[in-house]
Amino acid sequence: MSEELSNNENPVPESLQGQIAITSLDKIYNWSRRSSVWPMTFGLACCAIEMISTAASRYDMARFGMEVFRASPRQADLMIVSGTVTKKMIPIIVRLYNQMPEPKYVLAMGACASGGGPFKEGYNVVSGVDKFVPVDVYAPGCPPTPQALLHSLIRLQEKIDGQSVLEVPWYRREPIEEIPQPVLGPDLVDPRDIPDFAEKLKAQEERLAAEPE
Amino acid sequence: MTEEESPQVEEATREPDDMEQQFPGVLTLDERKGYGGYLVPPDKLVEFATQLRDELGYDYLSSVTGVDYLPEEKMEVVYHAYRTQGGPAFVFKAQVPRGDPVVPSLVGVWLGADFQEREAWDLLGIRFTGHPNLRRILMWEGFEGHPLRKDWREAYYEEDAKPFENRFPEGGVYRIEDKISFGKNVKYPSEFSPEGWIPEGDEGLYAGVGQISTDGNGGTLKTDQLVVNLGPQHPSTHGVFRMVVTLDGETVIDLQPVMGYLHRNHEQIGERNTYIMNMPYTDRLDYISSMSNNFGYALTVEKLMGIKPPERTEYIRVIMAELTRIVNHLWSIGFLLNDLGAFQTPALYAINERELVLDVFEAVSGSRMMCNYFRFGGLARDLPPGTLQTIRELIFERLPRRIDELDLYLTDNEIVRARCIGVGVLPPEKAVAFSAAGPVLRASGVPYDVRRADPYGIYDRFDFEVAVRYGGDVYDRYLVRLQEIRESIRIVQQAVEDIPEGEIQTGKALYQVRVPAGEAYGRVENPKGELGFYVVSNGKPNPWRYHIRAPSFINLTALAEMCKGHKVADIVAILGSIDIILGEVDR
Amino acid sequence: MYGVGIVKGLGVTLKHFIATYVDDLRWLGHRYYNPEAFAVRQSPKARGIFTVQYPEEKLTLPEEFRYIPFLIYDELEDGTRQDRCVSCGICAKVCPPQCIWIVRLDDPETGRPIPDPADFFIDVDICMNCGLCSEYCPFEAIRMDHDYEISTYDRFAENIYDKEKLDRPASYYASIRPRNYAFDEATIVEKKAKKAASEAARKQRAAEKSQRTNE
Repeated sequence: MSEELSNNENPVPESLQGQIAITSLDKIYNWSRRSSVWPMTFGLACCAIEMISTAASRYDMARFGMEVFRASPRQADLMIVSGTVTKKMIPIIVRLYNQMPEPKYVLAMGACASGGGPFKEGYNVVSGVDKFVPVDVYAPGCPPTPQALLHSLIRLQEKIDGQSVLEVPWYRREPIEEIPQPVLGPDLVDPRDIPDFAEKLKAQEERLAAEPE
Repeated sequence: MTEEESPQVEEATREPDDMEQQFPGVLTLDERKGYGGYLVPPDKLVEFATQLRDELGYDYLSSVTGVDYLPEEKMEVVYHAYRTQGGPAFVFKAQVPRGDPVVPSLVGVWLGADFQEREAWDLLGIRFTGHPNLRRILMWEGFEGHPLRKDWREAYYEEDAKPFENRFPEGGVYRIEDKISFGKNVKYPSEFSPEGWIPEGDEGLYAGVGQISTDGNGGTLKTDQLVVNLGPQHPSTHGVFRMVVTLDGETVIDLQPVMGYLHRNHEQIGERNTYIMNMPYTDRLDYISSMSNNFGYALTVEKLMGIKPPERTEYIRVIMAELTRIVNHLWSIGFLLNDLGAFQTPALYAINERELVLDVFEAVSGSRMMCNYFRFGGLARDLPPGTLQTIRELIFERLPRRIDELDLYLTDNEIVRARCIGVGVLPPEKAVAFSAAGPVLRASGVPYDVRRADPYGIYDRFDFEVAVRYGGDVYDRYLVRLQEIRESIRIVQQAVEDIPEGEIQTGKALYQVRVPAGEAYGRVENPKGELGFYVVSNGKPNPWRYHIRAPSFINLTALAEMCKGHKVADIVAILGSIDIILGEVDR
Repeated sequence: MYGVGIVKGLGVTLKHFIATYVDDLRWLGHRYYNPEAFAVRQSPKARGIFTVQYPEEKLTLPEEFRYIPFLIYDELEDGTRQDRCVSCGICAKVCPPQCIWIVRLDDPETGRPIPDPADFFIDVDICMNCGLCSEYCPFEAIRMDHDYEISTYDRFAENIYDKEKLDRPASYYASIRPRNYAFDEATIVEKKAKKAASEAARKQRAAEKSQRTNE
């Protein structure tokens, strides 16, 4: 059915949009998806411990249908980036993200994953996972307590509830582009920068030549 | 490091002391003010270290680290050696010119120097000749520069020391990455071309993994050998840890740990911070036992400042440190069982008890995990009313029962025994040589516990036993942890009974403490093992050098040794029994 | 005998399994959504399942609980707000990850700095919730909030908190941290008394001085 709906040759008429058929389908579709968001078993740092605590019996994510932590990205819907993202780790995170099937969501848990956190100034720290991977919900805190994480998961469910099968990108005809994986060189290099990277390098050399330290 | 060794002598001519007489021409007392230990010429280092280990009985190398003395144009390598019978450290140092820092490696004397020397090479660029595998350990191969050198600058460099000028008064909020969009401070080498550049792979890493030849003559014919990567994203590596394993069928031939995936530059940030700012950062080292980390750092800086906390504070510190040990061991036992395949249930039972202790931490310090509770010469605040009662309920009633239950639940379980007994054996002499610490060392039959061997705080007042087992396998490590929980409960029980009323802070709590110039090495028995802080002060508000001797990092040195000859599935169990925390391994 | 250990272990799980039902009986079906039972369930006396039914039930936060800092203002009788912060900048200096920015303006007429901060920013994507700012604030102006339900969809728009977002009335502070609030109030009164005393002493000295010069 969804295939039919996403067929661009048969667009839903303006007057029918938002009508009963679509909205109830959306409702069922969103309800089933938000009630079974399976996160990936993917712990980075301190926040991972709070994530495990959230999954444990006191806070019990199973109440939201989220207890099925999958070790493989192929079976996961949600990547909880729980901790400091380092330059050495980001290529692997991007690869894992690319391996996850659509629909997929990313939750940046804690200050570090959101924007670098207290370790932002460090030479090996990426200031926010959203520099490379699209993030749906940010949970501030260092670390967010289990209840705060639950709150952000509820926010994610709300976000899923607001989606419509007509608009979501994963039923479009054109394939979804993978995110190019960053590479480790003398520093972290973002492939998306490569076209103008040489220019930047040149500018840097000129600047260094201009102001010798 | 002891006070007696620190140079007090003012006059130029000085009688050589006992050690100098014993090693004429080799040892010279370090006479800088506030410093201790001896200087050893680099060319005599290996010979002296061998003598120190064999003749004087300093068999345990605790810490190896480098210091970049930029103004003096020197690099210094600092070694702290101990006797496993107990007693203070023997500190010796080798100084080399900063331009070409080359020091002979001590891996041949103490195997535990392996990773620490690699770290010093990676972060400070000190080359250790004779090191079997001197590659970068925390950063990747091909990374430009050695970041802990004082003249190295990172991409978002703002200033050398905190507080940063631009936060106040002119203010104006910004995100630093917007301001410096393309790392102004990242210096790419001039020959670097993004198009023609091939990223360095893991060839060096794979070449370092031992492979056996099967033609019997030491030739290079390789058959049926497989290199497998476990991690960095693997559910059983306790975080972002990677192991490169060579397998013959299912048997492990060799293993190389790869780390640095969580290297968040703790030491560099620590050298930029003021002393008090480092306290919350220490929480994030071994994030399961933040109170113990606080303890170690507070002790070290107090040693430098020469102050002592009041009596009540000492008691609260011990209570908190021991509760942390209980929490940590519960967690580690739970997840060891997870690694063995007993999915979730034991871990969930253990986490339940942990949650109750965390409630105490939250009430006391304000945060479940990142306690930031200790201050120099005191604590952040006194215990809130009612907390002591909750602690009593926990340690007199609930926890002893629950630990017995856990014991009944797991210890005699045939599957646990089959999976654990005889797996990952580390003989005592190897454990000492590898500088293993904590439960890993004590499960191998070495009753070495800093709380007993070199007591700090008020640990000499409590009646407790050092848990020790003699098998050196995964099962014994599990039993040592269980026993340690019981001993910790005993200590807290005594402490709660004896805790006096009174002040909690020596002097006034200041946000800018005055730390006289000098060096200090403070160590505590963390749940994971011996946690050491090496702090060098030059009298300014920020430490000149701030190094952490991380127990889980150094315990990993022995991982390959423990895994060889076992099956793949056992690696996970062995790793679980070492109980690593990546925040501390990578720092 | 092989298997005894496993059976004993299963006994423990069985005990855990039954414990919840036993506890259910004890509360006669009122185990959930009952504040009294909830308090017991979350204490060391807990038996059986001790799940917090978030978001319907929430754990009582201890007074010292800290999350993001907030700024306190006093509500004066005429309805205006009086900031406690005098932009001395100690919080920005002590902040370990340096996530506090203060904007202080100079009075255009006198050229002297205005004590009230013109703006105050905290980047919650950097803040490590350590509480050092509130600990060393000499004016009882910045304190740690209890509100942890602050997840957002867009960090660029929402995660740098400005003064407006950080400001809370003193009554709010009193409601979340009654003990700390009482302590702070006492300190403020004490400081005022001290200031008044020193002011009086200064005036008296000045008066004596002028008297002496007059003589």
